[in-house]
Amino acid sequence: MLAMAVAAPFVLSEYWIKAILIPTIIFGLSALGLNIVSGYAGLISMGQAAFMALGAFSAVIAYGRFGVPVPLAILLGGTVAALVGVVVGTPSLRIKGLYLMVATLASQFIIIWALQRVPWTGSGSFATLNTPPVRIAGFDFSTPTAKYYLVLVVVALMTLFGWNLVRSRIGRAWMALREHDIAASIMGVSMLRYKLLAFLVSSFYAGVAGSLVVFGWTGAASVQEYELDVSIKILGMIIIGGLGSVLGSFLGAAFILLLPILIAVAMQRVAALTGGGTVSVDILANAEHVVFGALILFFLIREPQGLAKLWFGLASWVDRRTGTFKATKGGGK
Amino acid sequence: MKKAGMWCKAAWAGVAAVAVAAPFAVNAQQYKGEILHPMMVTRTGPFATASTGVTAGQQDYYTLVNMAGGIDGYKIVWEECEFEYKVPRALECYERYKGKWKMVYPNSTPAIFALAERVTKDEVLAINLAGGRSDSSDGETFPYLAPVIANFWAQATSTIAYIGQLEGGMDKLKGKKIAYIHLDNDYGRQPFPMFDELAKKYGFEWKSWALSWPALEQSAAWVDIARRYRADYAVGWLYGQSCAVPYTEIAKVGYPMNKYIGSLWCGTEDDVGPAGPLAKDTVTANFHGVGKDFPVIKEIEAKVYKAGKGNAEPARVGSVAYNRGVITGIIIVEAMRNGLKAKGAPLDGKKVRDGYRMIKLDDARLKQLGATGLMPNLVFSEKYHGGMDSQLFQKWDGTKFTTISKWIPPDQAMVQAKIDESAKAFREQTKAAPAK
Repeated sequence: MLAMAVAAPFVLSEYWIKAILIPTIIFGLSALGLNIVSGYAGLISMGQAAFMALGAFSAVIAYGRFGVPVPLAILLGGTVAALVGVVVGTPSLRIKGLYLMVATLASQFIIIWALQRVPWTGSGSFATLNTPPVRIAGFDFSTPTAKYYLVLVVVALMTLFGWNLVRSRIGRAWMALREHDIAASIMGVSMLRYKLLAFLVSSFYAGVAGSLVVFGWTGAASVQEYELDVSIKILGMIIIGGLGSVLGSFLGAAFILLLPILIAVAMQRVAALTGGGTVSVDILANAEHVVFGALILFFLIREPQGLAKLWFGLASWVDRRTGTFKATKGGGK
Repeated sequence: MKKAGMWCKAAWAGVAAVAVAAPFAVNAQQYKGEILHPMMVTRTGPFATASTGVTAGQQDYYTLVNMAGGIDGYKIVWEECEFEYKVPRALECYERYKGKWKMVYPNSTPAIFALAERVTKDEVLAINLAGGRSDSSDGETFPYLAPVIANFWAQATSTIAYIGQLEGGMDKLKGKKIAYIHLDNDYGRQPFPMFDELAKKYGFEWKSWALSWPALEQSAAWVDIARRYRADYAVGWLYGQSCAVPYTEIAKVGYPMNKYIGSLWCGTEDDVGPAGPLAKDTVTANFHGVGKDFPVIKEIEAKVYKAGKGNAEPARVGSVAYNRGVITGIIIVEAMRNGLKAKGAPLDGKKVRDGYRMIKLDDARLKQLGATGLMPNLVFSEKYHGGMDSQLFQKWDGTKFTTISKWIPPDQAMVQAKIDESAKAFREQTKAAPAK
């Protein structure tokens, strides 16, 4: 899969790179972060978009105003988000479930509010900061291909790290907390340490994703792009993709981001086949939402454990039929 | 691309209605060629109400131009890309039609911010009438962005000037209290610096009531404004469905309806209509004439709609949102025409941008276009991308708007100073040298 991702710019057009692949893997990374705290550690968080905003603004301020090199700025974006994430995560020690959701929901509003209000951010009355041209060690990252590789390298490294992390001692501790936190803590898993660590890692991923939005995708940090509905969408990504699955985070991101576009384009093509003008444009535009909603329902009923489960099911079916893909045995990714 | 004539409301009910296609008349007119003009549209979601009117107004104007032989013999054909007023979808639309754009008009301030970098690199002008970045009036710092008419800062100063007029002079504003109720985003927050400076200059007091999107719950704010703060005037900066909310709240708390002044984005029938007679006497700003009493609108009715080629329900023709669409259409066609004349076919984004900078809509030209009184005079240049315009104020009589003021100009010096300051900050943040 990695080989495919690396080869993509040679095969696909600029449209696919800039409009499809880059946003999908950026949001996939953010969804992976949320999956760590929600899917693995079992703590619902509704502030993922706000953490992305924190990362985006920290990175663009660091790079644009203070000239911090881009890789460090990305790291800094993640770090700032992670530190705030730990603070936001503290209520998780006392409350869980819906109550925790409301507490993290508050963080979404407070962070966005602060980014608009604190004059130091310089976001001003536009609540937006643009980045200077992205350069790393003298190399210009202005072409879509260069941006894509920048995003891909960061996302691939962090995915690898995340994948190993959830299979480590820490990951097992998180899952123990998810299943029954009191039982886990009696057996010696420190609630304080691991719950806060989950929030730390999760918001770090969001922060990095946010800074990638700036450097790799839109070129600007803008408060409007991180409203509550984005947090809900990211939550939707991991639910549809599969809670507690690394691959599912990316599949879910692709589903939520790309399917509406696919439906819209497909319907436009079909409508054009009939000569155009037979179906009003308003019906076409609204039908997209109906079809998308129906597909979400279909997939959740068909496979409540998410797309990742479907994917592995498909892989093992192919495996049984052909005897190839031995590597997927034992769960794989 | 041929468009069906019917705009079908029944779609909302999920009725699979099939609109009757406009008769595919054999095209007697011969065109020299076609100009493909992709359009970003919002037909779904909370902002669709006004946005569909703006889209239809543009398309009807293009149809009218095509029926008269096109732009110098070139036919305008358009394709729609639905983006739901959402930023990621707007970026996707932009990439889908990349290289085909002549001028980008998303009718969404957040989308303009996100598109800014790309359009500048690809040399396509992105416009947002009476919106977008206020400082993009500075065409040198923002060579591919334009607010076209009445940027937010001009709007804010003009609205305060109107209040001054009601009071009988700007000096009478001293000691007055103005409540500012607004969406808490880059649209609602842009007037802040202007209010601050005006308050200092004229000695009035103002306070912000920020509402987070979609701002459908406003009762606490209005109680506060009417009973505790006891504002002399309330100015609203809302959008879409939230525009209709204040009227019930104002009636409930007994605040005088004529002291509430909405921004021009709350000035369409779709915004105030739901409140109907309840909103009687309320005032909103506007940047253009209302109604059908303009030659160009009448011509559209007589030619386009008679031939069954209209893109809106006939009843929407002449509504505020619709007229905005026609104005947008006039500006875009004018830019294309100038671009064709100066640089020749085939058109691309840069040629249309150059054409935009040559726009000179003076009294004579507006008369030719049949748009006298519909829109203000507009003259653009390389340095000036529009935005320093006056506003009209209109009163709601329960069923329709009537214009009740003359053109009220903005505080030019103050707005210009802010544009310069903000453009400078932008250049420093992005370290971009002023483009030549």
